[in-house]
Amino acid sequence: MDTLLVPPDAMQRRPGPLWLLAEVTYRCPLHCAFCYNPVDFAQAGPELSTDDWLKVIREARALGAAQFGISGGEPLVRDDIEILVREARQLGFYTNLITSGVGLTEARLAALKDAGLDHIQLSFQDATREANDLITNTRTFDLKRKVAAMTKAAGYPTVINCVLHRTNIDHLDRIIEMAAEIGAEYLELANTQYHGWAFLNRQALMPSAAQLAEAEAVTERWKARLGKKMRILFVTPDYQTKKPKKCMNGWGEVFLSVTPDGLALPCHTARMLPGLEFPDVRDHSIDWIWHESPLFNRFRGTAWLPATCQSCEDKDKDHGGCRCQAFMLTGDPGATDPVCPKSPDHALIDAALAEAEKPGGARPLVFRDPKNSTRLGRAF
Amino acid sequence: MTENTARPAIHRLFRFQWEPAQQAHVLLYPEGMVKLNQSAGEILKRCDGARTVPEIVADLETAFNASGLAPEVEAFLEMADAQNWITWNTD
Repeated sequence: MDTLLVPPDAMQRRPGPLWLLAEVTYRCPLHCAFCYNPVDFAQAGPELSTDDWLKVIREARALGAAQFGISGGEPLVRDDIEILVREARQLGFYTNLITSGVGLTEARLAALKDAGLDHIQLSFQDATREANDLITNTRTFDLKRKVAAMTKAAGYPTVINCVLHRTNIDHLDRIIEMAAEIGAEYLELANTQYHGWAFLNRQALMPSAAQLAEAEAVTERWKARLGKKMRILFVTPDYQTKKPKKCMNGWGEVFLSVTPDGLALPCHTARMLPGLEFPDVRDHSIDWIWHESPLFNRFRGTAWLPATCQSCEDKDKDHGGCRCQAFMLTGDPGATDPVCPKSPDHALIDAALAEAEKPGGARPLVFRDPKNSTRLGRAF
Repeated sequence: MTENTARPAIHRLFRFQWEPAQQAHVLLYPEGMVKLNQSAGEILKRCDGARTVPEIVADLETAFNASGLAPEVEAFLEMADAQNWITWNTD
């Protein structure tokens, strides 16, 4: 009945993106060894201008995107994010600032609030000064608590993200306690995904099975205790759970990311993949990029899946897993994600897990900074 | 259950709006979105912190020329409360 009212063109078109993530810069005052940014970020081209970003925001909203994230690097190193937030909010986006908190002054917070910023996600690295300052290679621990108090006073829900890894996972009880003390409404505990710098540091970052089991038990205890007061989301590591995950809920299905230098990607780490042309938002419309570009169609749906996945009952659920993980581990971006036990390359995961069981405390870390980036000059 | 005088309002963690691309009301929250069906949208549209549940029911019954909507509305609000979508003004 109603369908007659819908123009034929609209009926055939896939839905637009729901998420626009603007990675506005690779510059960052922190040097976290678990960062998912490309190791060779120092070789990226110049950053997009304010006007370039405004064009991206308008075009993505016109396609139906409703969530706008500003991330990086540390987005606050740019002085125009208030302008981007204002435009996005005015167009109806829900606006999210994903920040380490470094650079968030009272004045800046007031300006962002005035621009209509809906939400701030603050990253925490650890619960003690020593551990925080070690993994970030900075002295930023006290600042984090200060910023959390400041955003709360400004009326923002407190949403904290903490990446878990071998060197902080044993402090999880204290991390959750600290989030509760601060009055956080949401706490996301994200086990490290091994991309970019995290892949480079995988051996030093991967927890043992016992560490992980303890962390889950600790999380469950706190969940039961805090209930609705603080929602805790524990993102399981796919190496250990052996469950491949779709790229960002499906390649080219809901998520669109734009790099500081203007490349549109179906996932924030996809620029490492070989043999693909990444469309530049200055040369193409977001509409063309989303619907027509070879990149966004390359791993869309399930038709491209390798034989191992084609015969699998879970193929619609996981789409063969993460393309970057497949590429980093096997050299083939079209392979089954090796975290899947059915992958012919699954032994690579078992070997990495076995490595994590070897005793030993601190293992050497390579910190994410421009010097190391230039020296290493590779994607991961 | 909630007192008849309590007035539901959208929780501050959520933003309620009409999305043209979805042709639906949605709840937006940090990094997520709930797409609402028509009746959920119509109920939440009236959760403005000023109207009581009986008033919301009466308004819906008038708007949709229906009667006996109270159980459906109350069940939905109970679910919405469990999801944290709404809070209750009581003062």
